[in-house]
Amino acid sequence: MNGLVYARYELLRTFRNRRLLIFSFGFPLALYYAIAAPNRNVHDLGSSGLSAPLYFMVGMATFGTMNAVLSSGARIAAERQAGWNRQLRLTGLSTRTYFRVKILTAYALALSSILLLYLAGATLGVGLAAGRWAQMTLFMLVGLVPFAALGILGGHLLTPDSIGPAMGGSTALFALLGGVWFPINSGVMHDVARALPSYWLVQAAHVGTGGAGWGGAGWAVVAAWSAGAAALAARAYRRDTKRV
Amino acid sequence: MAGVELHALEKSYRTPTGIVEAVRGVDLRVAEGETVALLGPNGAGKSTTIDMLLGLQTPDAGAVALFGSPPGEAVSAGRVGAMLQTGGLLRQLTVRELVTMMAALYPQPLDVDETLEVARVADLAGRRTEKLSGGETQRVRFAIALVPDPDLLVLDEPTVGMDVETRHAFWTTVRDIAARGKTVLFATHYLEEADAHADRAVLMARGSVVADGPTTEIKAMVGSRTIRATLPDAPPERLRALPGVTRVERRGDAVVLVCDDSDAAIRALLAREPAVRDIEIRGAGLEEAFLRLTGDGDGS
Repeated sequence: MNGLVYARYELLRTFRNRRLLIFSFGFPLALYYAIAAPNRNVHDLGSSGLSAPLYFMVGMATFGTMNAVLSSGARIAAERQAGWNRQLRLTGLSTRTYFRVKILTAYALALSSILLLYLAGATLGVGLAAGRWAQMTLFMLVGLVPFAALGILGGHLLTPDSIGPAMGGSTALFALLGGVWFPINSGVMHDVARALPSYWLVQAAHVGTGGAGWGGAGWAVVAAWSAGAAALAARAYRRDTKRV
Repeated sequence: MAGVELHALEKSYRTPTGIVEAVRGVDLRVAEGETVALLGPNGAGKSTTIDMLLGLQTPDAGAVALFGSPPGEAVSAGRVGAMLQTGGLLRQLTVRELVTMMAALYPQPLDVDETLEVARVADLAGRRTEKLSGGETQRVRFAIALVPDPDLLVLDEPTVGMDVETRHAFWTTVRDIAARGKTVLFATHYLEEADAHADRAVLMARGSVVADGPTTEIKAMVGSRTIRATLPDAPPERLRALPGVTRVERRGDAVVLVCDDSDAAIRALLAREPAVRDIEIRGAGLEEAFLRLTGDGDGS
């Protein structure tokens, strides 16, 4: 049993999937240029002290990586419909290795998305110290764990027909309530947001704009969502052996 | 030790229209090295039985053993290769890449090139899986079933979508594999496949095994023979009255007499119908046996 070979081919086929790459990379990049390029000379966006290209780069990184990681669900749903997950059950592949490889491919997409957005930011004059960028990226990779597990969960519960709207809807909801599109700083919405992993993903990305990262509450929320979603995903995977 | 041992397997499903008892007490034993065909109409419980045999579904009651182990153990050890009934291939990989990936998931796989050769897909090795025809996809799925170098090969309607030539080559390969002492269990709709390639046929209907034995024995169980002759003017009622005749069909100038005692029927036919000619007497095919034993007209 060699999980590395499995991982290699899963990565290979992910990066060969042109449509997936267009949606995971092309879409956030295009959106980024559309929003940030006209404002490239705004150096103090909404008196935040941040330039518009930097502010939007960080925002788009949150949205793009969340999308990229959740999209693994759509690929799993398609594999299930082809009966492929049943074929995998007839091998020595363990649940653990399967999950690791699915998360690895989701992260490879997310990381590529962050890199591309960073390069895009650089073309608009964004400069981040390497240390700050690395810190932001590491924080985000941790903050994406709940979304990776939710993606896998959705992939094993939903069909290819229903997963598109379900994932699109939940990404939008997570983004909205978590403060991806506009900042949430006070009130009931703030309390709600603080219980969502998307809020902490935003805070992780804001390390790039001088944010402090997470305190205890952040780590606790991300850990709880990760553990809950991973347990549900593992359960869904184990039960999911029927013909679809 | 048996290759496959199913004991009193039961499985029901909850559906919107009520509970469906898909499998109701199936016992089946396949000796190591034996080739067995699983026959039955749609909804007979074949695929559910195969799912439980492979450990893809848990039986409500009963037990499954493959080479004396639970199915999960035999599968992880690479002793089982299967072509499931429904199934596509993973996209965005070439045939060789896909088979290489699957080979890595077994403890002692066959060599990839050898597998491609045996499954007759070596010429497709560089092709992307999404560009294959239905028959080519089936051959690649066969390669995936072979790559663990299994002791038990389970094939659920493997030749669907294959053309005549491919089908012939496919069975030649399966027979070679069986000849090397491997155990083979296949489900099929094609009775001639069971007749030609299995040591034994197991007929299922409505979730139970209704017959289990060599194909010749199953045909004999039905016991009927048919007499076919040209006899333009005899009314069917008169022929039906002949001794040993159970059913009469007219097909143009020809008549077909289904008999439970063809010896008595042919004597009476010759004596009473001097115009009869072109007489053929045949044993019942597996098809007739199948329809009789499964007890419904849906032999699909």
